[in-house]
Amino acid sequence: MDGWLGVIIMIALGVGFAAVMIGLSLLLGPHNPTPEKLAPYECGMPAVGSARERHSVKFYLVAMIFLLFDIEVAFLYPWAVALRDLGWAGFVQLVTFFLILSVGYVYVWRKGVLDWGPAARAGRHAARRAA
Amino acid sequence: MIPLGHYLIVSAMLFAIGTAGVFLRRNLITILLSIEIMLNAVNLSFVAFGRQFGSVDGQIIVFFVMTVAAAEAAVGLAIVIALFRHRESLNPDAFTSLKW
Amino acid sequence: MFSSGIDAVVPMLCVTLAALAVMGAEAFRARGEQLPLGGLGVVGLVGAAISAVLLWNRNAVSFGVVVADNFGLFVTLVLLLVALLTIMFSSTVVRRDGLPAGEYYALVLFATAGMIMMATANDLLVVFIALEILSIAVYVLTGIRRDDSRAIEAAFKYFLLGAFSSAFFLYGIAFTYGLAGSTRLDRVGTYMAAQSMSGNPLILVALGLLLVGFAFKISAVPFHMWTPDAYEGAPAVVTGFMSTGVKAAAFAAFARVFLSVFEPFSGEWAPLVWLLAAATMILGTVVGVAQSNLKRMLAYSSIAHGGYLLVGLVAANQVGKAAILFYLLAYAVTNLAAFGVIALLGTREAANDELRDYAGLWHTRPALAALMTVCLLSLGGLPPTAGFIGKWYIFSAAVSAGYYGLAVIGVLTSVVSVFFYLRVVVMMYMTDRPAAIAPPPVSAVAMAALVASIAAIIALGILPTPVLDFAAQSIATIF
Repeated sequence: MDGWLGVIIMIALGVGFAAVMIGLSLLLGPHNPTPEKLAPYECGMPAVGSARERHSVKFYLVAMIFLLFDIEVAFLYPWAVALRDLGWAGFVQLVTFFLILSVGYVYVWRKGVLDWGPAARAGRHAARRAA
Repeated sequence: MIPLGHYLIVSAMLFAIGTAGVFLRRNLITILLSIEIMLNAVNLSFVAFGRQFGSVDGQIIVFFVMTVAAAEAAVGLAIVIALFRHRESLNPDAFTSLKW
Repeated sequence: MFSSGIDAVVPMLCVTLAALAVMGAEAFRARGEQLPLGGLGVVGLVGAAISAVLLWNRNAVSFGVVVADNFGLFVTLVLLLVALLTIMFSSTVVRRDGLPAGEYYALVLFATAGMIMMATANDLLVVFIALEILSIAVYVLTGIRRDDSRAIEAAFKYFLLGAFSSAFFLYGIAFTYGLAGSTRLDRVGTYMAAQSMSGNPLILVALGLLLVGFAFKISAVPFHMWTPDAYEGAPAVVTGFMSTGVKAAAFAAFARVFLSVFEPFSGEWAPLVWLLAAATMILGTVVGVAQSNLKRMLAYSSIAHGGYLLVGLVAANQVGKAAILFYLLAYAVTNLAAFGVIALLGTREAANDELRDYAGLWHTRPALAALMTVCLLSLGGLPPTAGFIGKWYIFSAAVSAGYYGLAVIGVLTSVVSVFFYLRVVVMMYMTDRPAAIAPPPVSAVAMAALVASIAAIIALGILPTPVLDFAAQSIATIF
């Protein structure tokens, strides 16, 4: 029975915390519903419409970069499982791997792939012209 | 317990499906998907063999293959987008400016 | 497990660090700023070469999967030379064609790192990863001129067939793993030696799939379909790089896997490789004769040269093994220099790579015409060039191993190929320059690279013995 006590406390805490948070935001938050805000996905794009419209090529770019960095994280799982067996050697190797990845990330970031929308790009161009 | 042979047969069938797709389908994206099917068929073999030996080597290899496949897919899609900008077509039969 | 040092990966590490440095420099480059990125790459390559020389005779092993034995180091040095010459030719081309310099040099260096990894890999999985590292970099390099629809098309065709063949190669690895329980070459070798009499059909399946994968990469007939298109569409420097570097790396891994691990089964694979070699030599030569584009012609010629290398692999006696390494070096230098000349004669608007563009080159650019002549004579296998010595040893190895048929096919195709190489030479010297096509000026660095490679071709042709001994010693370490 003692073993279950922790589980019960955990569940109670989890449910309680969620209930308190939702309750507080209902009580304290400003209510200003608009159709966009009530949509299931509030992502800045109309959620319903023809699926055959053209998307900006930026979507593909970001999706591809996400795909790459996402899949590399997969190497963390086996490392985490064998953490103690691998010891410091494994840690150093993994850090090296992620340092190499981060060079790629810095490259992508500095090349402006992550700048989203026309405003950010215009700002960058203006800054460059000023420099 | 499902015997090793069954996995290998499924894997071989998937590999054959992927190979057929590369040759028969006339859309670049579908061809890329077919290549992914081939790689995943191989992954199935690796996992099945790994289980047979009772070692995790097979699964670790699959991690590497998946990573490589993702990198390859990203580059492949980038090339397809660049190609589409030039040709406005995804049909491989349209790409004949070099003698095939 | 991790007690062994990292000595064996140091050459690869130097090149990788240089590539990362180039990427970082490119990321923080101000707009319009010119950085000596090629020089940065050269620093990495020189560091790698020094470490490779220091590792000589030490048989260093890292992590059990990368071995810096003398065979691997010899190929590593060849690959570093290829990369160095490529970067020297590129400096002119990158500026002229407005290629993205940071990406270009980083990709060349990453591809080189992958090639070195492939040449020194002692594990089938590492061979696969190295293959992908170099392939992915080269796919992008092929299509680096995004404004050129032919380059993009070439990149796509190369990518498609490359990825397709990788799947076959990987399936072969899967079966090998399934049989031997490991992908480590030493363990697979032990297993295969024990199984040499069993006649297990799965071994033949694994063998066949691996053979198909390698045949694609070294563009052996009938798996050569991508080669002419990719070589013609890519920028000429990139074609030079991939026709030498990729082939050398793939051949090193091919030789390592088939001559050591699958040696007990040579009775099974030797006839297949015999057929591949014969078909490759014949088709490469015969179709090459019919080409009117110099790049495409050299693409078929490089297919044929892959066939000659396969002859050395089939012969697989002591002479043959040393001849493979010597031929790799001779072919790499020669082919790279030939594509270097083509690259230097192009302009941003026109590649100038049709045969007729070479008419009367002697009258306008005598130096380039003379250098090109030496390259073509070496590719054709005429003395006193490196190509002659390479072919001589390959064919004498075939004869001494009893493969008279292959030797005869090899000699005959060489004679035919001399015809199409000499056709270019005749064009350059005997015809008049049709119109005032002013070839662009050639930078001193590129010219130095050309002269150095021509000197190497002739030196190897006149005094091959030291390098041959060197090659024989290095290949003796593994087989």
